[in-house]
Amino acid sequence: MTTHVELRRGTYHDSVSLMQVSRSVAGTDGVTAAQVAMATELNVDVLRGMGFDVPHEATPNDLVVALRTESDDVLPAALAAVESTLAGLRGRQETGAGEADVPPRTVGSAARRSGATLALVSVPGQHAVTEAFDAVDSGLSVMLFSDNVSVEDEVRLKDAAAAADVLVMGPDCGTAHIGGVALGFANVVRPGSVGIVAASGTGAQQAMCLLDAAGVGISHCLGVGGRDLQAAVAGRATRQALRALAADPATDGVLLVSKPPDPVALDEVERYAAELGLPVHWAVLGAGRPDLTQAVEAFLAARGVAVPPWPHSPAPREDPALSQGPALRGLFCGGTLADEAMTVAEAELGGIRSNIAHSADLRLGPDLRDEGHVVLDFGDDGLTRGRAHPMIDPTLRMERIAVEGSDPTCGVLLLDLVLGHGAHPDPADELADAVRSARRTAQDQGRALPVVVSLTGTDGDPQDRSRCQDVLASAGAGVFLSNSQAARHALGLLRGTA
Amino acid sequence: MTATGRPLRGLLDSEPVVATAGVSLLADALRDQAVEVTETEWQPPPPGAEGDLARVMGDPRRVAANAVAFERMTSAHAALVDVVPASEALSLERGAFLHAGPPLEWERASGPMRGALIGAVLFEGLAASADEAERHLAAGTYDLEPCHHRGAVGPMAGVVSPSMWMYALHDDVHGNDSWCSLNEGLGKVLRYGAYGPEVLERLQWMTHVLGPILRQAVRTTGPIDVRSVIAQMLQMGDEGHNRNRAGSLMLLRELLPGMITADASSSEIAEAVRFSGANEHFFLNLGMPACKLATVAAEGVPGSTVVTVMARNGTDFGIRVSGTGDQWFTGPANTPEGLFLGEYGPDDANPDIGDSAVTETGGIGGFAMAAAPAIVRFVGGDVPFALRATRTMYEITTGEHPAYQVPILGFRGTPTGIDVTKVVRTGILPQINTGMAGRVAGTGQVGAGLVTPPVGCFRAALAALAAAAPG
Repeated sequence: MTTHVELRRGTYHDSVSLMQVSRSVAGTDGVTAAQVAMATELNVDVLRGMGFDVPHEATPNDLVVALRTESDDVLPAALAAVESTLAGLRGRQETGAGEADVPPRTVGSAARRSGATLALVSVPGQHAVTEAFDAVDSGLSVMLFSDNVSVEDEVRLKDAAAAADVLVMGPDCGTAHIGGVALGFANVVRPGSVGIVAASGTGAQQAMCLLDAAGVGISHCLGVGGRDLQAAVAGRATRQALRALAADPATDGVLLVSKPPDPVALDEVERYAAELGLPVHWAVLGAGRPDLTQAVEAFLAARGVAVPPWPHSPAPREDPALSQGPALRGLFCGGTLADEAMTVAEAELGGIRSNIAHSADLRLGPDLRDEGHVVLDFGDDGLTRGRAHPMIDPTLRMERIAVEGSDPTCGVLLLDLVLGHGAHPDPADELADAVRSARRTAQDQGRALPVVVSLTGTDGDPQDRSRCQDVLASAGAGVFLSNSQAARHALGLLRGTA
Repeated sequence: MTATGRPLRGLLDSEPVVATAGVSLLADALRDQAVEVTETEWQPPPPGAEGDLARVMGDPRRVAANAVAFERMTSAHAALVDVVPASEALSLERGAFLHAGPPLEWERASGPMRGALIGAVLFEGLAASADEAERHLAAGTYDLEPCHHRGAVGPMAGVVSPSMWMYALHDDVHGNDSWCSLNEGLGKVLRYGAYGPEVLERLQWMTHVLGPILRQAVRTTGPIDVRSVIAQMLQMGDEGHNRNRAGSLMLLRELLPGMITADASSSEIAEAVRFSGANEHFFLNLGMPACKLATVAAEGVPGSTVVTVMARNGTDFGIRVSGTGDQWFTGPANTPEGLFLGEYGPDDANPDIGDSAVTETGGIGGFAMAAAPAIVRFVGGDVPFALRATRTMYEITTGEHPAYQVPILGFRGTPTGIDVTKVVRTGILPQINTGMAGRVAGTGQVGAGLVTPPVGCFRAALAALAAAAPG
C-alpha cells in the first residue's frame, strides 16, 4: 500500500471538474483511493477521514492530490492519470476567434467579447459577489448559483441591480428558465404561459414538474434566491421579476414559490403584484400552509385545469417476519424538498432533528447523527464548501444511505432525486444500487427498511423520469412525483398503515 | 424588438447570450441547448483578498468614477511648448534633486540611483570628487524628492538637478503641465548611474548648447502635438517605451527647421542635430511626460480604482491610484528579465528602476507591444508573445484608448487605465518593457527586458480603496 499526498500551490479547478478527475483516477488499475480537490476545510476533513495526511499550510486556493495505490509500482501510472485528466480540463476552453490564446479572466471581459445578456456565476461563494457586481456593472442580469454569500452582500448586489435595471437571481439560485433556455438545474418542461417566480430552487423544479404532468407549460422561471422574501432582503428581486413578467406578452399568470417568507415582506410583494394587475398565485411554504402539491392543485383549479393523479409507484410490502426501526430518516439533496418533507412529517411526528432544523434546539451536531427522526439537506451551505452540489456529486449522501442501512433505529428511508439539465446524467441506477444494498444490509440483520423516493423530473428530461421511476421501483423503493405525497407515504410506512 | 424601455433591459424578450464563471458543467448544459456561451477562465484571487474585493466592487461610486478617470486619461492633450532649465520649470533650488520612483532615502538607494545622484552633485559643482559627493549625500545635505511630486518624470534613475534642461509639455484640455529631462543617448549615461568625465561633459554640453538650441526650435516651430506623434508611431512599429525609432524621427522632422535656424554656431547646430538624430530614444523623454499629462488628469476621482502612477526607484516599486490620491503603495522592485549587452548577464542587473512605466500607466509601452513586434529582438520573447501581451492587458484595464491604436489587432485601441480590482482578481500583472541598469554605481546600461510590479502594491491599494468605500 502506497500513499501519496501532494499540494499544488495556486492551481485552481472547479469542484465538479475535480470530482470527475477524482473518479477517473480512482478508476485506474491498482488505485484504491483517489481524491483530487481544492483544500477547503470540508475537503481537508474528508481527506483526513480517508486517512490522508494533509499538510497544515494548505489553503483553499491550493490543489491537493491524494492517492492510495496497491504498491509503489502503480503510483507513476496514477500520477500520469492525474496529469492527463487535469490537462484535459484545460484544453476544453472555447473562446472567440483571434483571442484563443487569451481567454477572458473576468465575467465582464467574457460579457464584452460576446455581447452577453446574462451571467451565470458559480464560483465559490466568497468570490461570487465580486463576479456578480462585475456582471451587473456590465449591464447583465445574473444567475448567482453560488451559495455562501452573506445577506448584506445580497442586499448591496440587488440594490445595484435594481439601479441598473437588471435582475440578480440568487444567491444559491439553482434553477431558471429564460426565453426557452434552461439554466442551472432545470427540467425540460413544456412551453406555456405560466410565469414562475421562485425563492426556492428545488421547490420551483417540483412545481414546474407537477404543472408539466398536468399539461400546463411555463413562459419563464425567474429564481430570486431563497432569502429574497426574508425581512432583510424584503422581496427586492421578487418585485423586479414580477414587473418583468407583467410586461411579458407570453405570460398570463404567475405562480410564486417561496420558502417560509417574512409576513411583512410577503404582504408588500402581494400589494405590489396587485398594483401591477398581474394575477399571482402564492405557493408559500410553512407550517399550517398548503404544501407545494396542494398549492399547485389550487392553481390548476383556478385556471380550470383538471388535477391528474400524480405519477407514483407505491413501496412493495415488506416481509412481516422482519422487524422495523422506529425513526424516519430523510436524506435530501433539494433544500426546499427537505424542508417540505420535514414540515409534513412534523405535523405527525413532532420536532425533527436536522441541519436545517425548524428550531435551534433541533439542530444536529457536526456528526449529523441522532437516534430519533432526522431529515438532512446535503445541499445546505455547510456541506458544499469546496464540494459540488449533491445533485452533481452524491458521494456524501450515498455514504449516509449505507450508514442508515445498518442502523437498527432507522425505520423508513425517505430520499429525493432531482433530474434535469445540470444534474447527474444517470443518477437513478446509482441510487437504485444504494437502495438495494441498504435494504439487503437491513434484511441481513432481520430488519425491513422501506424506502421512498421523491422523484422530481419530467419524461423530457435527459434522464427520463418514467425510466428512473422503473429503475428505482425495481430496487424496492416507492416512487412519487409529488414530494409531499412521498413524505406522507413514508409516514404511513413508519406507522405500518401504508 | 429593442430593449429600450423593456423591463430588465429586455431579458425576457429573446434567448439569452450567456457569460459564465465557475462550474464548467453548467456551461456545458447550456451548449447542449445550442445557447451561445462564453466561459470565463476564472482563478481565485490571493487568499484574504476576497473581502476587500467584494467591498470595492460594491462601492456604488466605482463604475462612474472609473469612467471619469478613463475619460480624463484618454482625452488629455500633450503639446511640447518649451524647453527650460529645471530651476525655472520646477523652481528647483540649488542643493535639491529629483529622482525616479516613490520616495527614497540614500541608505536604501541602489547602485545606479547612487551613481546618478553622485553625478548630479558633481555636475552642479557641489562637490569636487565622487567621494565628497557621496559623503554629502549620505549625510543628508541635499533634498531628495520624487519627480512625480513635482509633476515631472525621469527615465531610469530619473535624477534631475536645477541646471538640467527640461521639456515642458502642456495639456490644454485639463490645464496641466508636465516636464521631463533631455535624453542623453545610450551607453554610459547618468540615468543608468554612470558619472564618469564623459557623462559630465555631455551634461554640460546639453545644458549650454543642446538645451538652448532645442528651446529656440520649439519656440519657432512649436507647439508640437506629442499625442499625435504617439498615435502615429504606434502604427509605425514603436510601442513608446523601449522602441521609439519612428517617434524620434518624427520629432526630429518637426524640430529640424527650428534647430538649423537657431542662434548658434553652425558646428554647434550640426552637433545638436547629429546627437538628436543618432538617439533612438530621443522621443522617450516626450512620450513619458505626455503619458504623465494623461495619468495626472485621471488623479483624485473618489472611488476610482484606476492606477495613475507606476514608478520605480531601483529599490521599491510604487503605485498611486486615482481614488486614494497622493498615497504611495510600494513593494520591493523586481529585477527585469531579458537580453543583455556584451558580456553582461543576469547577475549584473539592478532591480527595476525609472518613471518610464508611466508609458504603460498611460496605455502604451508594454501595453502596446502588439504594435511593435520587432521589439522582441531587444527585450526577449517572440512575436506571438508580443501580441499576447497586449491582448492580456485588456483583462486588467478599464477601456481602449480612442487615439492610440494597434493596426494588427484591427486598429483596436490600446488597453488603457489599469484597474486595481482586475489586477487582484486575475493575478495578471501589468507588462512593463524596460531598460536594465547595472547593479554597480557607474556601470550604465546592461540590457533591456521585461518586468512586472510586485503584486503587494496592488493588494495594499485595494485594502486602502476598501477602507475608503462608503457604508
